[in-house]
Amino acid sequence: MSASLTLVIVMAVMYAAGVYVMLERSLTRVLIGFLLVGNATNLLIFIMSGRPGSSPIVTGTSLDDTMVDPIPQVLMLTAIVINFGITALLLALIYRSWWLAQLGDEGDTLTDEHAAETTHEVDETFRSSSDDDDAIAESIDEFERGDGAHSDEETAGGKAGAAAHAADAPRHAPPVVAAPKPAAGDRDTRPAARPDEEGPR
Amino acid sequence: MTALVPLIVALPLLGAAVALMLGQRRRLQVIVSVVSLTAATVMSAVLLVLVDRNGPAVVKVGGWEAPWGIVLVVDRLAAIMLLIAALMLLGVLIFAVGQGIIDGDTETPVSIFHPTYLVLAAGLFNAFVAGDLFTMYVGFEMLLSASYVLLTLGGTGARIRVGITYIVVSLVSSLLFLVAIALIYGATGTVTLALIAERMPQLPGDIQLILGLLLLIAFGVKAAVFPMSFWLPDSYPTAPAPVTAVFAGLLTKVGVYAILRTQTLFFPDNQFSMPLMVVAALTMIVGILGALAQADIKRLLSFTLVSHIGYMLFGIAIGTPLAIAATIFYVVHHITVQTTLFLAAGLIDRVGGTTSLSRLGGLLKSAPLVAILFFLGALNLGGIPPFSGFLGKIALFQAGTILGDPIIYVLMAAGALTSLLTLYALARAWNMAFWRPKKEVADFTSTMSASLLEDPQDEGTVLKKTISPLMIGATTSMLVLTLGLSVFAGPIFELTARAAANISSPSTYIDAVFPNGTGFIAETNVGTSFEGGTE
Repeated sequence: MSASLTLVIVMAVMYAAGVYVMLERSLTRVLIGFLLVGNATNLLIFIMSGRPGSSPIVTGTSLDDTMVDPIPQVLMLTAIVINFGITALLLALIYRSWWLAQLGDEGDTLTDEHAAETTHEVDETFRSSSDDDDAIAESIDEFERGDGAHSDEETAGGKAGAAAHAADAPRHAPPVVAAPKPAAGDRDTRPAARPDEEGPR
Repeated sequence: MTALVPLIVALPLLGAAVALMLGQRRRLQVIVSVVSLTAATVMSAVLLVLVDRNGPAVVKVGGWEAPWGIVLVVDRLAAIMLLIAALMLLGVLIFAVGQGIIDGDTETPVSIFHPTYLVLAAGLFNAFVAGDLFTMYVGFEMLLSASYVLLTLGGTGARIRVGITYIVVSLVSSLLFLVAIALIYGATGTVTLALIAERMPQLPGDIQLILGLLLLIAFGVKAAVFPMSFWLPDSYPTAPAPVTAVFAGLLTKVGVYAILRTQTLFFPDNQFSMPLMVVAALTMIVGILGALAQADIKRLLSFTLVSHIGYMLFGIAIGTPLAIAATIFYVVHHITVQTTLFLAAGLIDRVGGTTSLSRLGGLLKSAPLVAILFFLGALNLGGIPPFSGFLGKIALFQAGTILGDPIIYVLMAAGALTSLLTLYALARAWNMAFWRPKKEVADFTSTMSASLLEDPQDEGTVLKKTISPLMIGATTSMLVLTLGLSVFAGPIFELTARAAANISSPSTYIDAVFPNGTGFIAETNVGTSFEGGTE
């Protein structure tokens, strides 16, 4: 088996640097070390494929001898994908650990970054629903003031009914929209919900 | 029959995908995961029966022939591991569902729990059925990635802290495994287990030594073998109770399975017998001495877990068919009993509000059923005669005496001592948690309890929670399973003996994968790699 000396040297340097950085205290450096060692291992697999050659497409031709061994490349690709996924998970954990180190458990009781938007939405909903309520009360008053037999009044009553119907939804909506707010203040449910957000990545 | 082999991996993965999509609908999620694990259990039972009757099931994935494509092999050993793993996963899942219902979904069943748990199951099954080293590596990575998520579930400070230690340790061992795969590929030109088994003995002795040791170290970290076991007692007890139970029962045993598989296949002359024996003795003794110093039941159990890995290594080190049979029996026994004990510890945590022995007491009155569950489990793990723990150890010692080497007698002494100390540690835990009256707890002092180490993550709180009948049911059925292992030890040991006969000579495995011999494969770079490459 012949191997490129450059590749071997690059691999060795990456291993050495990776192990050195991995032994640091900082988690970000541990991650960098893991990336270096992981890629050095990928290089090792690549080196194990032997001499370079043309791309392997079909076998049974006269080109067989000059073709490169494809299996290590397949193994490398799989290893790269796995490393990528785990790096993403580690980054999420490091971010979480930084968050805990900066703010401690209190971090979980703080309102989150979207809190301002949520409050605004809730106010908006409440305002519009109270506006609706006023409008309905007004139209009902009007309806009661009139004799009720008038056809115009009837359609107005129908309109008021529709308005009451439409107002029904926003009136139920505030608790739904507001639901995340008490949860954000709740120490127990808030951390439990976090992996939910991080998991699918 | 062969269709079942890939299906047992694919089904939990499919279940995981469906469960992930049903993230907002907890009940449907529960149904999906229970159904897919039940199906996996049934399939593995069918596979075990069929494989036991007709010989190994071999699947060439995508129709590619063995050394080029991926091959999945289920022999008796793999089928036994599949069945026991599926049973444990199902039992623990039911426990977790029970806990989730009681807790109102705040602790375990956040919506990511079920999909991750199913991915863990798929990874486990994949590692067991893998017919080549790289597929085994992929299986390991699947189950490890799932375990990273399960261990840090909830993202509390303590879990993140131990989770990162666990992840970094696992990553290093995975990279070592990958390095071993690369070097084995360089030396033998293949990753298919059967072909490596044929080519490995042709390699020069020193290269065999390097490859074997690399594999042993990579799997040793996963199996928590003595010098590489430091990470386990810190990380496992911090996870939620069901997660700890499934980790303790199954994750270390995957490492043991990989050691068993590679040692019997690649090194049939048992070259690593001596280092394995030394490591086995140290694992047993150091592990159990650690257990004696613990005040926290979960940490205590984690140390006994490390310690008992030593018995399995002992069996692998002896290497005779009888010893391998005893090892497989011991693995099955240990998976069930350790899971049961960790589930019982989870129940203690709920009725007593803590798992620290210095604050527990009087539980016999308040929770007699939990007392019985923990007591029978403890006797079983400690190796008291009628139970499977005793039978497994006797079988190991019997296999050892037949060889009659002096070092084997030393190991047997270490094993007997470990067994006694296990019994001591667990009986003490039972006495303090269940037997002593509640009123003694507050001002109880003794030199013994003063020297016990508390869990560093313990905050000293007592928080009692109710137990659902599902949790009791799951733990009880696990215990019934361990008792069943004792009652039907005869037929089960015969089965493990047949499994051992299968794997104690690599030729059976090679013949199953290559029924027409390996002559059709051009020997590309066998043995030439290192001789020519290092100049």
